[in-house]
Amino acid sequence: MKSDKLIDPVTRDLWQVIAAAEEVPIGAVETTLLLDTPIALTRDGEGQPVVWLRTVEEAGDEIDADEIVERLPVLVRYGYVWTSLGNPPPDIFPIPEYAEPDRKNMSCGSIGVNVSAPRAVENFLDMGHFPYVHTDILGAEPHTEVKEYDVEVSEERDEVLATRCRFFQPRAALSATEGIEVEYVYRVPHPFCSVLYKSCPEDESRRDVIAIFLQPMTQDRCRAHLLQSMVDSVSTITELRRFQQTIFGQDKPILENQMPRRLPLDPRAETPIRADKSAIAYRRWLSRKGIAYGVIPQAG
Amino acid sequence: MAIKLYDFELSGNCYKLRLLMSILKVPYEVVPVDFYPGREHRADWFLELNPFGQLPVLQDGEETLSDSGAILVYLARKYDRSGQWFPDDPATMAEILRWHAVGDDLTSTVSAARLVLGMFYDFDLEKAQKGAHRIFRIMDEHLWFGEKEGRDWLCRPAHPTTADIACFPYVMLSDEAEVSRQDYPALRRWTDRVRRVPGFTVMSGIFPAGPALEAQAAS
Repeated sequence: MKSDKLIDPVTRDLWQVIAAAEEVPIGAVETTLLLDTPIALTRDGEGQPVVWLRTVEEAGDEIDADEIVERLPVLVRYGYVWTSLGNPPPDIFPIPEYAEPDRKNMSCGSIGVNVSAPRAVENFLDMGHFPYVHTDILGAEPHTEVKEYDVEVSEERDEVLATRCRFFQPRAALSATEGIEVEYVYRVPHPFCSVLYKSCPEDESRRDVIAIFLQPMTQDRCRAHLLQSMVDSVSTITELRRFQQTIFGQDKPILENQMPRRLPLDPRAETPIRADKSAIAYRRWLSRKGIAYGVIPQAG
Repeated sequence: MAIKLYDFELSGNCYKLRLLMSILKVPYEVVPVDFYPGREHRADWFLELNPFGQLPVLQDGEETLSDSGAILVYLARKYDRSGQWFPDDPATMAEILRWHAVGDDLTSTVSAARLVLGMFYDFDLEKAQKGAHRIFRIMDEHLWFGEKEGRDWLCRPAHPTTADIACFPYVMLSDEAEVSRQDYPALRRWTDRVRRVPGFTVMSGIFPAGPALEAQAAS
């Protein structure tokens, strides 16, 4: 009998996001769950995150990070703490825009969602729901058509890439003053992460970056960490966070009504339409990689 | 000077005020407060507005007001020319304030469970969910008997009052608290009626009543 808590080796060796670095307390314990495994974390005197397998620690306990001997690997990238339960690669996928000095980079809160991480990635890739779920912000009737777009799996970078995605948006970003046809590029550079580039209303030559990093807590439940890296000289961090939380708050009930909660990888499981082309590529990519966590693997 | 609402989009208590101001067509501006992850409601500047460190806060001219239920009464008495949302009759007032208190109980049950699941607050999840079901059962029974008596709303008037506004958001957000409304049909019919009040507006996590419901209401 296969254990429900079994972690496939590919998933085990990945870097996994667990928290926004600045939100981890210095000198006190924070707790979370990663791949059914209780995790504890804190930051040391220099502000560096320390992560370990939780035993008796409770959230809020005072702790001296120097006394933690058995540590899990740690990376800080894009403002977030990443760890791994296995043997992770030297680094994670690049988001070069994050380093541009005039961008406003921010976490937008870590939100618990009662659905598997791959389901949340798939919803992030879907443009078809914009007019119905994000009415008058990311879409509006009668502009409901998902136009033809391109999807490929980049062999070199090992990521799913969807390009030439266009959609009419009444309020594409906080900095938008009127409806515009927005062009999107989606990357899925990690089985549980997606990075979105969209036309920036403030500067035609650049693109805003919005990323969703999913922390698989269990097979059916995840924590969504949202990153914004924006070209916006006017809005405050609080205003930009609010915009993103409004959008994600609209997605949450839709996500939590997805059945089954795990993503079915069998091509016959659900009927594809054009809007799902990127989702199909994503499912195939997960299947080829041998991801079994948070999905219903293809039979045979 | 326009009304200022210190507001967090995902807060049901802030939404109560946005909802009533939308129904009463009262213009206002939003001052966003980063409740999560920024915990700005515990920042010094916010504690000067409300020492209890709770959202929402509403400023209207010289007045700085807090507590969603109290502000509902203020808005109704000041801006509702129909006099319906918080009427003068003493027994009706008492009834409305009784349901405002239920609104607060929904905050400490449904909202608490939602904060545990969505924002990782350290509350007793099971206790909060049980408490929510207990309130839902009582509300469902009250509304079911109301329907038999020809009463569509929580209180005795033939129209909605601030009591309905005070209880509506956290009933609707109960899915995010993993508290199902499946077993409370009269409660669900009441949420459909609230969603058809002229001027109704949504928040993230709450959808408008569907066209099928509107058609049914019109027939």
